[in-house]
Amino acid sequence: MDSKVVSMKGAIAAHVRDGDTVVIEGFTHLINFAAGHEIIRQRRKDLTLCRLTPDLIYDQMIAAGCAKKLVFSWAGNPGAGSLHAFRRAVEKGTPPLEIEEYSHFGMVARMSAGAASLPFWPMRNYMGTDLPVVNPRIRTVTCPYTGEELATVPALNPDVTIIAAQRADRLGNAQVWGLLGVQKEAAFASKRVIVVVEELVDESVIRSDPNRTLIPGMIVDAVVVEPWGCHPSYAQGFYDRDNDFYVAWEDISRDAAKLQAYLDEWVHGVTDRAAYMAKQPELKQRLTAKAQMCEGVNYGF
Amino acid sequence: MASDYSPSEMMAAVAARELGDREVVFVGIGLPNLACNLARAIQAPDLVLIYESGAVGAVPERLPVSIGDPSLVTGSLMVCSMADVFQLFLQNGKIEVGFLGGAQIDRWGNINTTVIGKYDKPKVRLPGSGGAAEIAVHAQRVLIISRLNPRAFPAELDFLTSPGQRCKGKTRKELGMPGAGPIKVITDRGILESDPETGEMILTALYPGNTAEEVKANVGWPLRVRDHLGQVAPPTAQEIDLLRHKLDPQKLFLG
Repeated sequence: MDSKVVSMKGAIAAHVRDGDTVVIEGFTHLINFAAGHEIIRQRRKDLTLCRLTPDLIYDQMIAAGCAKKLVFSWAGNPGAGSLHAFRRAVEKGTPPLEIEEYSHFGMVARMSAGAASLPFWPMRNYMGTDLPVVNPRIRTVTCPYTGEELATVPALNPDVTIIAAQRADRLGNAQVWGLLGVQKEAAFASKRVIVVVEELVDESVIRSDPNRTLIPGMIVDAVVVEPWGCHPSYAQGFYDRDNDFYVAWEDISRDAAKLQAYLDEWVHGVTDRAAYMAKQPELKQRLTAKAQMCEGVNYGF
Repeated sequence: MASDYSPSEMMAAVAARELGDREVVFVGIGLPNLACNLARAIQAPDLVLIYESGAVGAVPERLPVSIGDPSLVTGSLMVCSMADVFQLFLQNGKIEVGFLGGAQIDRWGNINTTVIGKYDKPKVRLPGSGGAAEIAVHAQRVLIISRLNPRAFPAELDFLTSPGQRCKGKTRKELGMPGAGPIKVITDRGILESDPETGEMILTALYPGNTAEEVKANVGWPLRVRDHLGQVAPPTAQEIDLLRHKLDPQKLFLG
């Protein structure tokens, strides 16, 4: 079968279109900033951006004018403060941004429904709260077996989902370890899937440890090899989270002009992730993960 | 017994004392994380720490700055998907204790982490629920940690993100919520506890050097005070030593 390996530029050009519903998942771990930056460079617009935690990447995409709407469950800068581009959009309307808000469980349930090809997902949640008041897509259903009233959220089926993984083969069989977030559900729910990896490996490496495969190649449209593609997020076993940059974002994002200057220098001012990394060679020394290997298991029979 | 300690250190110590050995705790970042690791070091070595990011039985070697820190994975008992965390652990009733905080807390322990002002045109847009709404519904008991001030404890919330003991006139039982909800609010001056009959948060214990009048002045509703107020012991030398020198030496959360 033909290799699906393409450049980031090629993957975004082929699979992310104006007006798309886009998911770049990864809960703290494996958030692919390189893909977000390429979407900004290619000046995609009117996107509906969905993630549990918009994080710095969607804050940057909102500031860059890519987003029409944000669908989310927790919009803060974890451990550091606010997402100020998001706040300016919601508090001041600059730029205008529609929002659709759930809780984490609600977002996970939306992707689970999408991945299972169901129209909605039931859950015990939201009783007494104002979330269904401001989001009419959170509804209820009566259980046909017990008569219990359950909350429901609608399926989320993105046009494109971008998932980062530690490694994959050329067909997109992708292996992940460390925090798994909601990536599997997001990928299976999506019409198109881009997998971005730290390392391209031979199919035999995948087959030697099949329990570690999170995303099967059959649902993957493109594979991008992009070392350090998640910085300032992290990849377990490859590099640590750049907590200093998350703290610095508080100051950068608070000032709209400073944020634009950041985008000019670090997104528009570089051609790709390799150029981004070449501008800050000290990162590798500061953040490269130390080794802590696990013992293998016996897959024999 | 320490005589020189900060309100944050006191709150972390008080929260840690709430945790029993082998309990299963849904941990948040900041003071709850410090409290859980303090409890592990003292009376609850086999406390099971679960983070919404999917780490189960985490033993963080460094103070996690975020709830998805890589140190939560290294050496943990299990890493699972978030669908598993919310469905198999939380909704399935396996979480015994949940910690929550918030910008606003009302007399029933309802919490607002969504907006200050109107939802459509907020004065301050806060992060939102995250996992808080479902923790408040499902954890067997919830402990709220918050510093007292009149803005944080208003008579009326601007938005109800996470349910407490009574929402818009209805009890948890009437609303079909499985967990017991917030049973204590650990503040920087004393402890509020939910009245077993009405669910209302009542001042039940004070920290050294505080009076009921001072607490009442920082709460936006007519706070009821238990007849016989408890006195909470200050942090021990061991608690202070662990917090300052082992758990948060850089004072990330113990400012």
